[in-house]
Amino acid sequence: MEAATVAGPRQRRWHDVFEGRRFLASILIAPAVVFIFVLVGGPLFLAVYMSMTDATAGELSGKFVGFDNFVNAWDDPVFRTALRNTLLFTIISQIVVLISAGLLAHALVRPFRGRWFLRLLILLPWAAPIPLGAIAWLWIYDSLFSVVNWTLVHDILPGGGSFYLYKVVNAVTPWTVEPFNPPQWLGDPTLALGAVISVHAWRVIPFAVVIFLAGLASIPNEVNDAAKVDGATGLKKFWYVSLPLQLPIATVALLFGIVFTATDMVVVYILTRGGPFNSSQMLTTWAYQTGVNGGSLGEGAAISLYLLPVLFVVAVLMLRFARKVEVS
Amino acid sequence: MRLLRERFGSYAVTAPFAIVLAFPFYWMLWTAFKTDQDLYNVENVPFKFQQGSPTTRNFTFLFESTQFPTWLGNTLIVGAIVVVITLVLALPAAYALARLSGAWGQSLGVAIFLTYLVPPTLLFLPLSRVVAEIGLQDRLASLILVYPSFTVPFATWLLMGFFKTIPRELEDAAQVDGASRLRTLRSVVFPISIPGILTVVIFSFSLVVNEFVYSLTFISGSTEKTISTGLYTELIRGDIYFWQALMAATLIPCIPLALLYNVFLNRFIAGFTGGAFR
Repeated sequence: MEAATVAGPRQRRWHDVFEGRRFLASILIAPAVVFIFVLVGGPLFLAVYMSMTDATAGELSGKFVGFDNFVNAWDDPVFRTALRNTLLFTIISQIVVLISAGLLAHALVRPFRGRWFLRLLILLPWAAPIPLGAIAWLWIYDSLFSVVNWTLVHDILPGGGSFYLYKVVNAVTPWTVEPFNPPQWLGDPTLALGAVISVHAWRVIPFAVVIFLAGLASIPNEVNDAAKVDGATGLKKFWYVSLPLQLPIATVALLFGIVFTATDMVVVYILTRGGPFNSSQMLTTWAYQTGVNGGSLGEGAAISLYLLPVLFVVAVLMLRFARKVEVS
Repeated sequence: MRLLRERFGSYAVTAPFAIVLAFPFYWMLWTAFKTDQDLYNVENVPFKFQQGSPTTRNFTFLFESTQFPTWLGNTLIVGAIVVVITLVLALPAAYALARLSGAWGQSLGVAIFLTYLVPPTLLFLPLSRVVAEIGLQDRLASLILVYPSFTVPFATWLLMGFFKTIPRELEDAAQVDGASRLRTLRSVVFPISIPGILTVVIFSFSLVVNEFVYSLTFISGSTEKTISTGLYTELIRGDIYFWQALMAATLIPCIPLALLYNVFLNRFIAGFTGGAFR
């Protein structure tokens, strides 16, 4: 308001408009909101509309068929496999990620010699663009030149120590590795799903570590001191002090992880394209195959919309969570 | 004694993970310098260089005989334009949401952020039709148009977190001194926000490099591809692989991104969690 008294009458009106908080705010926010509304809301609406028509490639509108696409998709055995795989993929990789990231964050929060270097190595996968990282894994899991298999079936100790990793695997784990018929990581239905899960976990762990480290850093020093005075150490401190304080931030990481895993297509598409024989199809790759390769836009849209409940649940939880944090 | 045990525990946990998580990068580097004779011989020890390795021929091949330079250029063009669009839309919105509109702003901020959760895998089919309808198929413009749909919500959220950390008193002081709101923005808020803005630039750019589904659906001409799809669709053909060139090509974008991520990591955390926990 001080500015207005200095300025001339004409300028004053101009200033008044911009000093009005509501008005300025709307002008600043509107472009972003309109853009998002058109480019996210629009296609989302279109997806719902398309899923109820028999639209094929080359035309946007088709005949209205109600929920036929959803029913047809559901009746397809490949869809059932894809649904099951999406669930397995999401749940198992999230469990792996949460446990690994929890352990790592806990170890990395204390200073030790060489910590920055180990942290750098651990965070590397996060910086690598995933379409490129997945290609590296395609090579690592190659059918003939897989370095994993080479390491499993060759004598890896220098000087011929006759130490074979596959013997350890055969002795310790329920799996059996035959040295002259090594595992086909991307060619066997079970292994392929496992490979996809492992690569996705590889990519998400660093991100979860970063979030967890932020959570640990936000615990005030007084809390740690108080825990020390009360004699809480090790596991006890973790369970009663660190874990409850980290829970909110871990929840955020988990909710994100669920959405980004269930809706991810890159890793599966690059590693297996849903194969062998559709055994590693996910909802996303199956929607792509049906909608783009098969040309049934309507049914493809219907398949991908089966992901909507997951998004909806996560969105509701996040909103609740945001409100809770605001209140406290 | 306890300290020693604790230290050992730190290494015991972090070292194995570090080896597994970083291994693909080591393997990219190693493979990129191998000759065909060395690589495609099952008798050879893969961890050694032999039969003419190491060689830089794969890099020469990549840059002279493939369209990798074109894809790299396309990625940079798309990334740069998308980042500019993102900043133009997200900067004012984030500032307004953080400062000007109270509780109403908070809810709108969360709503914008939730749109970030709507994945490309849900929208690519209708968008592919829209892109074809307006004649943008096979053109970089289609990516430039669509990519801000996920960078804007993400950037708005990050920037909102940053703006909340700038003390309001600083702005009040400027206004008491007679500066208008716009001037306050220009000469007080903007300069302090530069590190936050840089963080958003890097992470938005990296979202663009990471995008795969839209690029795969909208673009089929090999000269219009970005690196995210170009490598996979053009350098892997049926049974013919160019593994060394592929590994060289995956390594090249990873190096600068890894360095930048490490520099801006702390700011990313502050912005990402700041929006929610402040």
